[in-house]
Amino acid sequence: MHRFANPTRFFRLANTVLPVLAAVTAVLFASGLYYGLFDSPPDYQQGDTVRIMYVHVPAAWAAMACYATMALAGASFLIWKHILADLAARAAAPIGAGFTLIALVTGSLWGQPMWGTWWVWDARLTSVLILFFLYLGYIALVNAFDDPDRGGRAGAVLALVGAVNLPIIKFSVDWWNTLHQPASVLRMDGPSIAPEMLLPLLLMAGAYFALFGVMMILRIRSLYAGRRLRQLRLAAASE
Amino acid sequence: MSAFLAVIARDLRLARRQGTDVAMTLAFFVVVVAMFPLGLGPTPELLARIAPAVLWVTSLLAAMLSFDRLFQQDSEDGGLDQLALSGLPLSLLALAKACAHWLTTGLPMLVLAPMLGISLNLAPQSYGVLVATLALGTPVVSLFGVVGAALVVGARRAGVLVALIVLPLLIPILIFAVSAIDAASAGLSVRVHLLFLGAILAAAIPLAPLAAGAALRQALD
Amino acid sequence: MTVAAPPLFPDPARLTVTDIAVARGGRPVFADLSCAVEPGGALRLAGPNGGGKSTVLRVIAGLLRPLTGFVAWDGATIADDPAAHAQRVAYLGHADALKSALTARENAETALAIAGRAPTGQSASERGRPGENAALDRAFALLDLERLADLPAAWLSAGQRRRVALARVIASGCPLWLLDEPTVGLDTASVAALERAIADHRQAGGMVIAATHIALDLGPGDESLDPGAFPWRHAESAVDEALV
Repeated sequence: MHRFANPTRFFRLANTVLPVLAAVTAVLFASGLYYGLFDSPPDYQQGDTVRIMYVHVPAAWAAMACYATMALAGASFLIWKHILADLAARAAAPIGAGFTLIALVTGSLWGQPMWGTWWVWDARLTSVLILFFLYLGYIALVNAFDDPDRGGRAGAVLALVGAVNLPIIKFSVDWWNTLHQPASVLRMDGPSIAPEMLLPLLLMAGAYFALFGVMMILRIRSLYAGRRLRQLRLAAASE
Repeated sequence: MSAFLAVIARDLRLARRQGTDVAMTLAFFVVVVAMFPLGLGPTPELLARIAPAVLWVTSLLAAMLSFDRLFQQDSEDGGLDQLALSGLPLSLLALAKACAHWLTTGLPMLVLAPMLGISLNLAPQSYGVLVATLALGTPVVSLFGVVGAALVVGARRAGVLVALIVLPLLIPILIFAVSAIDAASAGLSVRVHLLFLGAILAAAIPLAPLAAGAALRQALD
Repeated sequence: MTVAAPPLFPDPARLTVTDIAVARGGRPVFADLSCAVEPGGALRLAGPNGGGKSTVLRVIAGLLRPLTGFVAWDGATIADDPAAHAQRVAYLGHADALKSALTARENAETALAIAGRAPTGQSASERGRPGENAALDRAFALLDLERLADLPAAWLSAGQRRRVALARVIASGCPLWLLDEPTVGLDTASVAALERAIADHRQAGGMVIAATHIALDLGPGDESLDPGAFPWRHAESAVDEALV
């Protein structure tokens, strides 16, 4: 862990990894989308609509992984006070918010042919929506301070509080959903996954996670540059 | 212990002197509840159906307005430094603040809510459960509010920010509380719902002050 | 008018600050700053704005944790027992920490009660009479606050509010006074009263550290320190160290 704590060493490694990871992302997306859209069977109930799943489900997974990354980075920032942990937590937040947004939009697109309406308060969609709210709160908090350090530390505490709360929120939403579930609604987790569907799903999941990695490196790099610029300007002003 | 009680006593005394602050929160609660019959029409069945949700959502919104009282003024006038130098651990300071906040906001809502329930035609067998959910739920609201208020000390637009942060975290409270009152209205058992609320409260009493203490530490640094 | 001050602090302890470095908001403030204050001693923090005078006070108070180095009381690092250190420190910040809705007297009493320094005295003060706290009575008398004691702090002028905040420090009975620009808004008579209080406090074995850029007389043998004289060695490395 501490071997990468030196920004110079981290960026040297990250710059080597970046092109490889970017290539892997492109290959995974191309193959995942090909299998998902053209070379996998339609669902016997949903027909071709099920193909939205290959975009929707991995996005929701990636969004949750992103929150976990954010909370872990926040915790290590609070413990070791290392700037890279702070930058990683900050970098993860908008990426995760983007993934939740993709999951919400594709969920809505998926819901339209299935339910005949653009939005249904399905348990999973609702949980993803609340995850989106948590991301919004984090991003707003981190950027609400003039001192970037202060924002990062407050954000780290909030990410941890959110991580502790997420299972409770998820449980309560599932509970709420079973209370209010109209019998006729087709659940999104309904169709069991055929093996031909599993391959594109896993390829797409891999693609999302690789994309997450690429964007993390890019964002950490630009956040670090911004922080360093601020330092140098302050240092120049106090010469 | 004496410092803990002294902080509560100070906040209660301030709340009494600046009585309008507390009164405004409660007035907001009453006014917003009254907007619903005006917006939906006075159909008694409809009002009875939405009463639990309206009372709870409105009490949450009213509580959001009260959180900026918690630390914002203390941080601006230097009082937070003095509180931090009281020798009281910051987590206990946060707990004392939560107690004072509940006594000045949660407790009055507990008294007001049944009266507002009458105006919304709440089912007669639900009043006891309404008060029970508020008794278990509003302390959690105060505890989470202290966490949120500690996080936004010194932030821009702190009042809006604290609502944005805290409201999603309170969704479980809303769900269990409203479903308990709904169950009571339908004549079903409310035991499980109340147990969930109690469990969340039992977890929040030690955990929320810890988080708020960590947040205050960051705010002072 | 002098305050009869018995030797308050029987066990003399030494305050030492060792090699502390602080960066605020990513901006390097000072590094390798060391100083010490003996029992009965006084230290004046001087220097230009932004030099870190207030920051030094906050570090010594235990409100701010330095990046490196430590503050020790009688050889024991204050971070090891923050609660014990809090009991030694009376801190006067930039802001007066007064609540507008409380009277001057109530403000001081409440603050002392929270710091574990006095009975709450609530019932006595509610009736508008001086409370039980003799130290506070003396401090109010010294700073000529007796007539203002029962006015809400909201009605007081800036200088009057500063005097109430000072009375809180003087009545605290804490051995270590940390004063951040204590004379802001004070008239000459009040400055003289403050100087008397400082002299008595030092005579009793107490210590005073004051950040001030006016000629406040801290008494004989006071030392002076300019945090601005302890810059981070190289701006470039300061940037890195503050970042990492």
